[in-house]
Amino acid sequence: MIIETHALTKAYGLQPVLRKIDLGIERGEFVALLGANGSGKSTLLRLLCALSKPTAGTLKVGGWELPKEAAAVRSQIGLVSHKSLVYDNLTANENLLFFARVYGLNDIDGRIKRGLERVGLGKRGGDLVRTYSRGMLQRLSIARALLHDPDVLLLDEPYTGLDQDASGILDNLLQQAHGDGKTVVMVTHELDRAQRLAQRAIIISRGTIVLDAPMSTIDYLPARYTEVTGMTTR
Amino acid sequence: MKTRFFAVVSAIIRKDLQAELRSRELVGSMGLFALLSVLIFSFALELDRVARIEAVSGVLWVTIVFSSILGLNRSMAMERDQGNLEGLLIAPIDRGAIFVGKLVGNFLFTLTVGAVLLPLMTVLYNLTLITPTLILTLLLGILGFSVVGTLLAAMTVQTRARDALLPIVMMPVALPLLLLAVRATTGIVNVAPEDQWLAFLQLLGVLDVVFLALCFILFDFVIEE
Repeated sequence: MIIETHALTKAYGLQPVLRKIDLGIERGEFVALLGANGSGKSTLLRLLCALSKPTAGTLKVGGWELPKEAAAVRSQIGLVSHKSLVYDNLTANENLLFFARVYGLNDIDGRIKRGLERVGLGKRGGDLVRTYSRGMLQRLSIARALLHDPDVLLLDEPYTGLDQDASGILDNLLQQAHGDGKTVVMVTHELDRAQRLAQRAIIISRGTIVLDAPMSTIDYLPARYTEVTGMTTR
Repeated sequence: MKTRFFAVVSAIIRKDLQAELRSRELVGSMGLFALLSVLIFSFALELDRVARIEAVSGVLWVTIVFSSILGLNRSMAMERDQGNLEGLLIAPIDRGAIFVGKLVGNFLFTLTVGAVLLPLMTVLYNLTLITPTLILTLLLGILGFSVVGTLLAAMTVQTRARDALLPIVMMPVALPLLLLAVRATTGIVNVAPEDQWLAFLQLLGVLDVVFLALCFILFDFVIEE
């Protein structure tokens, strides 16, 4: 297991957000984390990338325990969120150069070149990020997240604000990353897309897992989602 | 993969300087504020030489403090806007390196404003302000404000009322620094005997070290959830 949680609980004050989550994710899996707003899926993602500390329970990523061994975990994860996590006033090259220095990587020029080419921004590397479209920003965000070649790619609603073309490109990039052996955990509200891309669906409702099943066993995810959560889908 | 403290500090400083050289958002707004502030004080306080000497240290430090607050807010906003702070926090780096990196950037930006202010005020107030001891006071004072401001801006940037909150939170904490810097500056501008101002300058240096150590330690707690 590359991700393992046991009785993982997170509360803000007296308000529990995640309640005793037991979860195991195999290396190389593509998992879709689904649920309504406020169900706890983004909180789970924040715990996985060591941005938040569990209130109770245990959490391991890559065999390292969080929050005790956070630095080791951080070197193994890449995060793509609905925010780009890059600097507007720098070019794509400069942004990636900055993160490469922060991560202490070697072969920086080669990594940047390959990273930008992989996401189709090879010819726009010298342009300021503030001139990028939303779709290009998200592709750059993927290049940034994969720059240090992490084992786990965590995505928090990466399709927010993307048009159809940009979403299609992002689909391909995620499939490519998964094909390269990355473990992908994606929080999304887009059930059709989740069914198409992911191998496994985990639905969280009110802080507990109400469905954890291989996607191949689910005929139509939106119907199953409504069945287990009692909520309609968009 | 080897991530070293000073390499991260240097990367953050380079990134901040590079972004600022390109946009000039930070030093531009700080410099403009400082210029207007000094001009307004100069015209409002049409004072005789003695009164001018009394007022100049207050004008200098009030201008520096408020322009530094302006800069600190914008510097941290740059980290917040696209979730960049999270981008840094998920990296396997010492949180202290983020603090020192941001601190050095903030120090350099405020120092740039101070470096413009001294000659400007020398002309406007017709006083000799460019002296080694006054420059040292300026360095120590700005360092202290940058240390406290970097920590507090990291706290307030996570709140909704960040722009209004930073000065409210910062002033009480930075007040000892401000008082010492003003007293030392007044003594130096008055060409008073050393024993009347040197202690303030030394205390300012000591306070800088204390704040630096405290803020370095506290940054980890402030920046984490």
